Amino acid sequence: MSALRIKKGSSRKSAYDLRNPNADGVETHTLACIVDNEAGVLARVIGLFAGRGYNIDSLTVAEIDHMGHRSRITIVTTGTPAVIEQIKAQLGRIVPVHEVHDLTVEGRAVERELALLKVSGSGDKRVEALRLADIFRANAVDSTLESFVFEITGTPEKIDAFADLMRPLGLVEIARTGVAALSRGAE
Amino acid sequence: MTRQMTGAKMVVQALKDQGVDTVFGYPGGAALPIYDEIFQQNDIRHILVRHEQGAIHAAEGYARSTGKPGVVLVTSGPGATNTVTGLMDALLDSIPIVVLSAQVPTFMIGTDAFQEADTVGITRPCTKHNWLVRETDKLAETIHQAFHVATTGRPGPTLIDIPKDVQFANGTYTTRAKADTAHYAPPVKGDSDAITELAALMEKAERPIFYTGGGVINSGPHASQLLRELVGATGFPVTSTLMGLGAFPASGKEWLGMLGMHGLYEANMAMHDCDLMINIGARFDDRITGRIDAFSPKSKKAHIDIDPSSINKVIHVDLPIIGDVAHVLEDLLRIWKARGRKVNKAGLKTWWEEIDAWRAVDCLSFKENTTTIQPQYAIQRLEELTKGRERYVTTEVGQHQMWAAQYLGFEDPNHWMTSGGLGTMGYGLPASVGAQVAHPDALVINVAGDASWLMNMQEMGTAVQFRLPVKQFILNNERLGMVRQWQELLHGERYSHSWSESLPDFVKLAEAFGCKGRVVSDPAELDDAIQEMLDYDGPFILDVLVEKHANCFPMIPSGEPHNKMLLGEASTQGAIGSSGAVLV
Repeated sequence: MSALRIKKGSSRKSAYDLRNPNADGVETHTLACIVDNEAGVLARVIGLFAGRGYNIDSLTVAEIDHMGHRSRITIVTTGTPAVIEQIKAQLGRIVPVHEVHDLTVEGRAVERELALLKVSGSGDKRVEALRLADIFRANAVDSTLESFVFEITGTPEKIDAFADLMRPLGLVEIARTGVAALSRGAE
Repeated sequence: MTRQMTGAKMVVQALKDQGVDTVFGYPGGAALPIYDEIFQQNDIRHILVRHEQGAIHAAEGYARSTGKPGVVLVTSGPGATNTVTGLMDALLDSIPIVVLSAQVPTFMIGTDAFQEADTVGITRPCTKHNWLVRETDKLAETIHQAFHVATTGRPGPTLIDIPKDVQFANGTYTTRAKADTAHYAPPVKGDSDAITELAALMEKAERPIFYTGGGVINSGPHASQLLRELVGATGFPVTSTLMGLGAFPASGKEWLGMLGMHGLYEANMAMHDCDLMINIGARFDDRITGRIDAFSPKSKKAHIDIDPSSINKVIHVDLPIIGDVAHVLEDLLRIWKARGRKVNKAGLKTWWEEIDAWRAVDCLSFKENTTTIQPQYAIQRLEELTKGRERYVTTEVGQHQMWAAQYLGFEDPNHWMTSGGLGTMGYGLPASVGAQVAHPDALVINVAGDASWLMNMQEMGTAVQFRLPVKQFILNNERLGMVRQWQELLHGERYSHSWSESLPDFVKLAEAFGCKGRVVSDPAELDDAIQEMLDYDGPFILDVLVEKHANCFPMIPSGEPHNKMLLGEASTQGAIGSSGAVLV
């Protein structure tokens, strides 16, 4: 259970998904797609996942090369190895998709996510929240006498852990960016 | 040298640059500037259909019978949405189609304007790719890209949405040669190590089979030639999907007939018992595989396909080869010959003896009747009276489609046009129009059922207007025959809404359209009626009143493997279990 109280894998929302949700050997993969930054490209990618009943655990998209009109879409998805292979092949079929990288199998990768957490409280709880934020290297980017907004960067697991700690201390709201990922090494 | 012209003129110029000679379309408000340009030229022939769905199926018939892309021109809103079924049909059957749809002017997009629809949004999942062009300067290049994408790699439909102000505005024309198409270039050459491995498997195989599909047809006539050479040289049996009929000649001695749910007994048994399956341009569709976990359990499987997503999608294969069929077969033949043209002769001899025993079952035999025309008999007579002629056959969808696939023999590729993947009733009549436009002097026959035929019957008007002598061969059982068959087998003979009570008089209908019709119900008169249809110099509707309760056999019941075929009525009792009933 994450801070959002969403069970792992329950994001399969397609009405056409009739596969066994508890199939053996489900894996989580992080895929990076380099795409033309053109109208509708994100809809094509998302439509593929919705239409064919694949999971999206996390999705991040932004332009990475203004002159070259390229964007990077980072998708964290879960499925059996055969489904993951099929997802990559289907992504590769989309005309404005130039490259599909499976960062989970192409060697080690750095994965980071940014989250903003609003925590409200007073007295000991407020002090404890600030102390824990320091341990997690989260910054207070907004504060009132009753609340903080913390900014934290890290792996999704680190953000999950921080959110779990903040919940009894007055967690009100959380905004997460989804995962951005890059392979390690010189290439 | 740059050329300035209006967007509407660019459309016509780009089509000419692409070598387009025919456009199937229907005008409307947002498309008027393009239609004005069509009016002022004579290089491109415009075929006015009666419904936009007819336009796109006609373009499919044109494309499948020529190997060239089919082109459709429609207006915004309903004009575009009426092409959706055809787009999906072309996507599932991998048919190159370019649809030019008009759109409301850019400044009105998003205002719910008259005849506005989010066409690129609606057609995104049913095209290979689509574009909304917002600048006239980009229009010509986009059209060239659309043709490139539609015809390269695994073919498919593309759509370009062109707002009316973009059609009116001036811009710079980009020639076909200058258009940037470089980034979409799927590889066509197969991996030579994998091809060598396949050659080695072929040398040892005791019970090999070629399982061919529409990819052989799409790869061009050369691919069919290479397939014939490969089969002739190895002596391996060959079967085909519905989409691949004609790639290998039906008269060839290695031909086992179509496989699949209504395929031939010998083809399905050979698929089930083979030790080496060589899939060439087919995609393990569920109509082919039957029950997945019991599909061809003893075989090693090789799969040649240009689309990487077809590999391991349904059936796990041992040896995938990604590439264009013609390229891969050429390499395969070269490598196999260089290694000494070896096959396992002893194994093959036994294998063919087994196949001949399955053939002896004569799975297509049926009970003849002297008072009522059996639908299978009608197709047999059609085959007998037309074979050897330059003949193009289209079909609608249902029992008649399967009987046509079983009882007609196809000797060449691109002569058989049927809606395989999507199963679109109403496909056959407009497709016959498109095929006849492409081949004005050939015999074009639409083998139809009464229910399917009514779905796009308005296109008889197109056939009459453009003097297209299409032959409509309707097997009329006053039923939705395939639906009725499934209700009989699966739903306790409760025939819910699967019969037609108020059918039109097809002979009077033909007269009303300005062509000729005839009705026939006596088996003794059938040949004469078919001959009259063939001899008539114009469109003809032959209403063949057939046995109303005939079922299509052989049949692999839902949820069963290939070796559990039903061969006739006697074997149907309790054949489909509850787990099979949930499947389509």
